[in-house]
Amino acid sequence: MADPLLVIENVHKKFGELDVLSGVDLIVDRSDVVSIIGSSGSGKTTLLRCINLLEDFHEGRILIDGEPIGYMLKNGKRQRLPKSLIAQHRALTGMVFQTFNLFPHLTALKNVTLGLLKVRNLKKEEATEIARHWLDLVGVLDRQDHYPGQLSGGQQQRVAIARAIAMNPKLMLFDEVTSALDPELVNEVLNVIKDLVSDGMTMLLVTHEMRFAYDVSTKVIFMNEGRIAEQGPPSELFNNPQSTRLAEFIQNSTF
Amino acid sequence: MDLSLFLHEMWNARGAIWDGFQMTVSISALAIFCGTILGVFVGLALVYAWLPVRLIVRGYVDFIRGTPVFVLVLASYYILSGIGIQLTAFQAGVLAITAFCSTHVGEMIRGALAAIHRGQVEAAMAIGLTFRQTFQYVLMPQALRQILPTWVNAATEMVKASTLLSVIGVAELLLVTQQIISRNFLSLEFYFLAGFIYFVIDFSIERLGRFVEKKVAYS
Repeated sequence: MADPLLVIENVHKKFGELDVLSGVDLIVDRSDVVSIIGSSGSGKTTLLRCINLLEDFHEGRILIDGEPIGYMLKNGKRQRLPKSLIAQHRALTGMVFQTFNLFPHLTALKNVTLGLLKVRNLKKEEATEIARHWLDLVGVLDRQDHYPGQLSGGQQQRVAIARAIAMNPKLMLFDEVTSALDPELVNEVLNVIKDLVSDGMTMLLVTHEMRFAYDVSTKVIFMNEGRIAEQGPPSELFNNPQSTRLAEFIQNSTF
Repeated sequence: MDLSLFLHEMWNARGAIWDGFQMTVSISALAIFCGTILGVFVGLALVYAWLPVRLIVRGYVDFIRGTPVFVLVLASYYILSGIGIQLTAFQAGVLAITAFCSTHVGEMIRGALAAIHRGQVEAAMAIGLTFRQTFQYVLMPQALRQILPTWVNAATEMVKASTLLSVIGVAELLLVTQQIISRNFLSLEFYFLAGFIYFVIDFSIERLGRFVEKKVAYS
């Protein structure tokens, strides 16, 4: 198989005594769009946060573009990398959160340029140009000088997407990005994600929007009790679930 | 009340009052400035420092806040000189109020940092900012905005606390006023004048605070 962008090997994660992830394996190829579905507590969000190193994981490896992230082996012992390297590894992925998490004291434009200036060390003109490009693509360029508090939820989430993708990540992670939105604002955000899909962006989405997952995904993953219980193309997974657990889950979901 | 007599005496005392006013403003400005900077570090230590350091700073804050400012002023003048640290009355007084100010600002910063949503740190880390950058560009600007109204309030308290330096002989506005009154016995008039001057100082600080608050508001 051609070299995959993301490889997850036997990842385990505990919160105290509780196993949240108990041996996750996953391979994501370039331009794959992978939707992760499953009931709450199944470990979907935790898996996403491990890939972005917002959570530690206690066993296994995650490789992005062949490079193991977050940890190294030293004399056979697994060790967390120094913080500066962790920060660099985090920049390989772009993360969009359920609650947007825009910086309230910065305008939409400056929310996007902050990382470009301080992490990628670009010049101000260049950073502004890139930021304006992405704000334009997500359709909020006319709001570039507004503060997050002056934007609607949908606009805020689109700025958050621009902020993440402007960093030029190899992989985008979306964590239930429409769950906090009013129903009439959901589509404007989903449409932005669809545009990114057609640009060939590789992405992982945790989502409850089954219709959307069905339409855009190249692969759907069903997580249950910290494991990937089933995976496959959306048509197969949704139309022909193998386990009763997934069949129940699909039956109880709204399309 | 004899107005022309008061005006006459006030004119005679104008130089002393002006000096006292300047002294009060100097003490206050210096103590607020140093106390705020020190307070930011106190607040940081209360949230992020290694546990033993945090406990020491916690002890400092609780001790200073639990002590009347009057006692702090006396202590920094008499006790420090007793252990061989010779400070002028002015230095000792500014030190006492600086310490007092730093504990208040420290607690404000601690509270403000704790109130910032965890998602802010995560979003900053997710775009690859280091902890120091996250602190500098994301947390601190928000914390400083948040403490501004309470900080303005504390600043006016420091001006009022500066009157306590009169007991160790610093010729600030209150002591100067008392000296003037001992010469002309116009106590009501001159205390009223001093009170009015303190009001003007504190009112100016409050107006300035409001102005800055509006300038940096983001919604």
